[in-house]
Amino acid sequence: MTGLRETIDPAEIAKFEAMADEWWDPAGKFRPLHMLNPCRLDYITRQIAGEFGRDLAAPRPFEGLRVLDIGCGGGLLAEPMARLGADVVGADAAEGNIHVARIHAAREGLAIDYRATTAEALAEAGEAFDVVLNMEVVEHVSDPPAYLAACHRLVRPGGIMVISTLNRTMKSFAAAIVGAEYVMRWLPRGTHDWRRFITPEELAALLGEAGFEVVDRTGFVFNPLGWSWSLSERDLSVNYAMTARHPG
Amino acid sequence: MKPDVLIIGGGLNGAALAIALARAGMPVTLVESRPLDTFTAEDFDGRAYALSLASKRMLAALELWPSMADEAQPILDIRVADGRPGEGAGFGAVHFDHAEIEEGPMGWIVEDRVVRRALIDRLGETPGIDIRAPARVVDHQTTASGAEATLESGETLRTGLIVACDGRESPTARRAGIHRIRHDYGQSAIVCAVAHERDHGGAAHQLFLPAGPFAILPLPGGHRSSIVWAERPALAARLRNAAEDEFLAALRPRFGDFLGPIRLAGKRFVYPLSLSLAERMTAPRLALLGDAAHGIHPLAGQGFNLGLRDSAALAEVLVEAARRGEDVGSPLVLARYGAWRSFDNTTTALAMSALDGLFSNDNPLLRLGRNLGLAAVERLPALKRRFIREAAGLTGALPRLLEGRPL
Ligand SMILES: Cc1cc2nc3c(=O)[nH]c(=O)nc-3n(C[C@H](O)[C@H](O)[C@H](O)COP(=O)(O)OP(=O)(O)OC[C@H]3O[C@@H](n4cnc5c(N)ncnc54)[C@H](O)[C@@H]3O)c2cc1C
Ligand SMILES: C[S@@+](CC[C@H](N)C(=O)[O-])C[C@H]1O[C@@H](n2cnc3c(N)ncnc32)[C@H](O)[C@@H]1O
Repeated sequence: MTGLRETIDPAEIAKFEAMADEWWDPAGKFRPLHMLNPCRLDYITRQIAGEFGRDLAAPRPFEGLRVLDIGCGGGLLAEPMARLGADVVGADAAEGNIHVARIHAAREGLAIDYRATTAEALAEAGEAFDVVLNMEVVEHVSDPPAYLAACHRLVRPGGIMVISTLNRTMKSFAAAIVGAEYVMRWLPRGTHDWRRFITPEELAALLGEAGFEVVDRTGFVFNPLGWSWSLSERDLSVNYAMTARHPG
Repeated sequence: MKPDVLIIGGGLNGAALAIALARAGMPVTLVESRPLDTFTAEDFDGRAYALSLASKRMLAALELWPSMADEAQPILDIRVADGRPGEGAGFGAVHFDHAEIEEGPMGWIVEDRVVRRALIDRLGETPGIDIRAPARVVDHQTTASGAEATLESGETLRTGLIVACDGRESPTARRAGIHRIRHDYGQSAIVCAVAHERDHGGAAHQLFLPAGPFAILPLPGGHRSSIVWAERPALAARLRNAAEDEFLAALRPRFGDFLGPIRLAGKRFVYPLSLSLAERMTAPRLALLGDAAHGIHPLAGQGFNLGLRDSAALAEVLVEAARRGEDVGSPLVLARYGAWRSFDNTTTALAMSALDGLFSNDNPLLRLGRNLGLAAVERLPALKRRFIREAAGLTGALPRLLEGRPL
């Protein structure tokens, strides 16, 4: 199959290009992702360990697994995966992000294959992975069904994709846009377009259409007292993730 | 690959942390300037530690407790009194009986050499610990992605995180520009073992004398106790070198005669007493732990207990971070340790200081006030139970190791 239509939204990519230098500043524009990181890494690592029978207490538990971090930004998730022993490809449509990610990984002594490319181009090239991480990207693409179809081709049969995004509820509107962009000024105004947010039901349906089987879902819940995030099976009202398998 | 963690200082806290991390699968390098066998020599240190229930649970989870258990004296009763030499206990005496909490004894008294031997044996047996001793760290440097320590031999060791367990003067913290809050109590502690005719029945005594606190800690066997006797430094130094008769003559009015005739049962040691609190527990690529973070007044025997609480929290934070692939020396990870520990450490240090200031004073009004205070504690069972649970280390959000669970 040839000629997959690119699903990148140039305006969205330009926004991320403009912030590229800030990826690794925990107090900078990507502070929400840094704060969310321990919680979502707990989810991701447990899903991978469970699916592939790995022991997280062992050294380099993900040795031998090929992982793609699609829309990797500065590599906030690609680096932990590499530390856990996985073979990691990090891909992002914004060149500036890839540049920053490469410099940071080199400084950390981590070998990560970073590429300025898109899901569609990778699928076209016939790449396949045991695990695809697809975190906080789908709300930024122009055509989610086409994007997820490309992602499906990137997961080898029997492999999994972990995907997270923002729910479209009044609470997420308040939290992500009013809270994070306007009140706390964590994010530049206009980083998110609430109308593009996707409800869990919509995401599950989209994943099904793309050929995935949803095997798990979780909410990420912010606790303002401890300034930390935790996982919740019930509360998917703001930020949530799903694990989907490519049956085969 | 650089090892994850480099520990500077192989005292009680450095050793305990190394064991906790290595057992959870995190390789560590431990650098100690003295040969390790000096620590277990009979006359190395006269201290005995009052280990809290939480500390004991942690030592059990690290499989250190079995080799100490036979030489640990359970504390069955704590008597706190405000008194002056030669006087009996004031009417405000408080009596903490372990029967008031369901967890069993409130703590255990274990001599320094017993704890050290258990730690050092376990250090040698635990895979994943690279021991450098004797070796002294003379310098260290940090970058955004790692740290490097230079040994006296000229060798440099690279790591992702340095943990300074180098004691209350912590040269490592000083090099990192961490300021300390210091207070000299103008007191020294005389520490020694005393043999007595009557059985102590597992009771620990804390007496607040005008020169400073005086503690009698029961040792195993029933007929020996360790004393911690705070005195003005000049007098303490004189007493260390005095003939046994003269020493005992000075001790008797403080010790009292409730345990029958007494005699010396070991060497006398003198330690200057001071408070030395680091202003921060972390700096880039650096965490402070134990006395390096907080050298406190030995009143109530919380020093090593606090250190173990640090180790339990730091080990949990680092091990969890490593298992999810985080960079264990990154500021975000270290901030979790700082947030978990600073409050507990500062409040404990200040509470001990305040108590000592309140009690080491002969002002009759203060004396009346604290007698009333102690009497109030005695009459309010709920408050008293809280004190007991506090002393047993059972309050606050507990790291897993302190609950006796492995990482
Ligand atoms: C009189 C007295 C009684 C006490 N009683 C109790 C009690 O009942 N209960 C209790 O819990 N606590 C008690 N404490 C407190 C307790 O002893 C301390 O909190 C504890 O020993 C501190 O251990 P540490 O490992 O943090 O520091 P330290 O024991 O000071 O160890 C620091 C180590 O670092 C090494 N070092 C230093 N610099 C370097 C370098 N550059 N390179 C390599 N190595 C280096 C040193 O050689 C040393 O071994 C008491 C203290 C005193 C003074
Ligand atoms: C909110 S960031 C998330 C970054 C990273 N996944 C994380 O969670 O830390 C979204 C990223 O997706 C990238 N992106 C958006 N659309 C993309 C596409 N179609 N293909 C690849 N990357 C894309 C953006 O450049 C941006 O870096």
